[in-house]
Amino acid sequence: MTEEPLVRWDWIARNWANGGPTAISALLENHVVMAFLPVLFGLVVALPLGLACVRWRWLYQPTAALMNVTYSLPSLVLFSIFLSVTGLTRSTVVIPLTFFALAVLIPAVVDGLASVPDPVRQSAVAMGFRPARRLLRVELPVAVPVVLAGLRVATVSSISLVSVGALIGQGGLGNLFIDGWQRQFYTPIVVGIVLIVLLAVLADGLLVLAQRLLTPWSRARRTA
Amino acid sequence: MITFEDVTKRYRDGTVAVDDLSLEVPTGAITVFVGPSGCGKTTSLRMINRMIDATSGRITLDGQDVREIDPPTLRRGIGYVIQQAGLFPHRKIVDNVATVPYLLGWSKKKARTRAMELLELVGLDPGLAGRYPFQLSGGQQQRVGVARALAADPPVLLMDEPFSAVDPIVRASLQDELLRLQSELRKTIVFVTHDIDEAVKLGDTVAVMRVGGRLAQMAGPATLLTEPADDFVREFLGRDRGIRRLSFISAKEVRLSPSPSDLVTDEDGRALGWRTADGLAAHGTFNPETDSLRVALDAALLSPNGTAVAVDEEGRVRGVAGRDAIDELLAEYAPPAAGRAPGGSSGGSSSGAGDSEGAPA
Repeated sequence: MTEEPLVRWDWIARNWANGGPTAISALLENHVVMAFLPVLFGLVVALPLGLACVRWRWLYQPTAALMNVTYSLPSLVLFSIFLSVTGLTRSTVVIPLTFFALAVLIPAVVDGLASVPDPVRQSAVAMGFRPARRLLRVELPVAVPVVLAGLRVATVSSISLVSVGALIGQGGLGNLFIDGWQRQFYTPIVVGIVLIVLLAVLADGLLVLAQRLLTPWSRARRTA
Repeated sequence: MITFEDVTKRYRDGTVAVDDLSLEVPTGAITVFVGPSGCGKTTSLRMINRMIDATSGRITLDGQDVREIDPPTLRRGIGYVIQQAGLFPHRKIVDNVATVPYLLGWSKKKARTRAMELLELVGLDPGLAGRYPFQLSGGQQQRVGVARALAADPPVLLMDEPFSAVDPIVRASLQDELLRLQSELRKTIVFVTHDIDEAVKLGDTVAVMRVGGRLAQMAGPATLLTEPADDFVREFLGRDRGIRRLSFISAKEVRLSPSPSDLVTDEDGRALGWRTADGLAAHGTFNPETDSLRVALDAALLSPNGTAVAVDEEGRVRGVAGRDAIDELLAEYAPPAAGRAPGGSSGGSSSGAGDSEGAPA
């Protein structure tokens, strides 16, 4: 028996786009969708919920506690809970991952709004901003760097967590791991790891770029 | 004119921040609220633009009760300068200054044009317009804060310890700048500070407040220094009241003598020093047109022969004033003699702008 190489390039070439659902490119696409939807849903929910937690302070402690408990649950447990509701579909992965994203994003929104310096908020009031406009034009924009920092964590962890979905056949690139383990064939595993890491680095890089473009005013403030 | 009529602010826990305050803030002048922390000066200021609402009593702005005006509308008509500037970190300087014009619905172009004028007015390089606040020094940020407050040309300006977070040299220049601006703009300014020297320097009228939110004395700065209403005010004013009071007497009336021969000047007539056996000795100068008696006295004390050199704007010698000449003027402006026991009692009349007695408890 000849020694199995770590990477068989011909296998990659044959399976990159073979048209089937197990093609690497199809898995990559699935992975991207399943990793980003939870972050998107998470952000949409975390913004109003975070605002509510700032407006009604008593809400924050129970919300944060609930989110932390959710975060401490192994993702597999959550998947199995939703498996009975949503079956072997993407939703069984996307819904739990949305909860994980929320656990990071709600505190990020709350901390972001708390990061608005008091003199800034007060001068906005004194200039004659009404509450809604003050929130949209002053407080949220000033909160952006902190919210984006949370978004980076949520995005990268979501990209990594999707692979666990492979256990129910919805793991994007994670499916390559199962394939590899079952056949004692390393190439799919290496491909999966490399692509997930690249995806995470790319997504994080894009978010950093977005931060630079969105908040040119914040770069030096941290050192100031 | 802004009036406080029996204004009290009591918080739910029973703390009284402002206690039955009645006073008038004259139009077109600087009125300073000064006092130790906890005296209710900032609370009083913020009740004017309703960032805090009074528990009882009335505050009127040109006769209208401020509580009848929708707060954001009221605030857009009143400039506000906050401690540490409170600039919006995510907006460029020009847009920070244009904040209120934008809120009032001005076009972007008009608002920005106005903002550029204001940057110039407060002595800032227009090249800073495109920068962000973090790129400016504390003093520059505070100037932007003043420009922002003035953007919509409000008749009233509220300033809440605006210069307390900058170093003393910058503070002094910001104070001078404010006085220069005020001589042009003649706004009705309410200025809050805990620094009595700042109060005395800037105020046309100074309202001294004591802990518990009560007015201790309200008077022109010169009157305050010579006739503090009680021990609290006297202590709060601190040392050297007699000397500091001289800042409010113009040196214009100092009798000048012709320049003596031992004062050495250059070919333009600028003083170089006093001729002595050991060479030139230092001299002190004052400009009778712009300086106070305090500067003249200081100049006299700095010269070995006790003689101050009077100069004009260009520094050319116009004459000299010996200590006898300064003494004559000091005698003329001596505080009123009658009924001034060292313990100090209120009452009696005196000269001084904006002089009105407060309502000590």
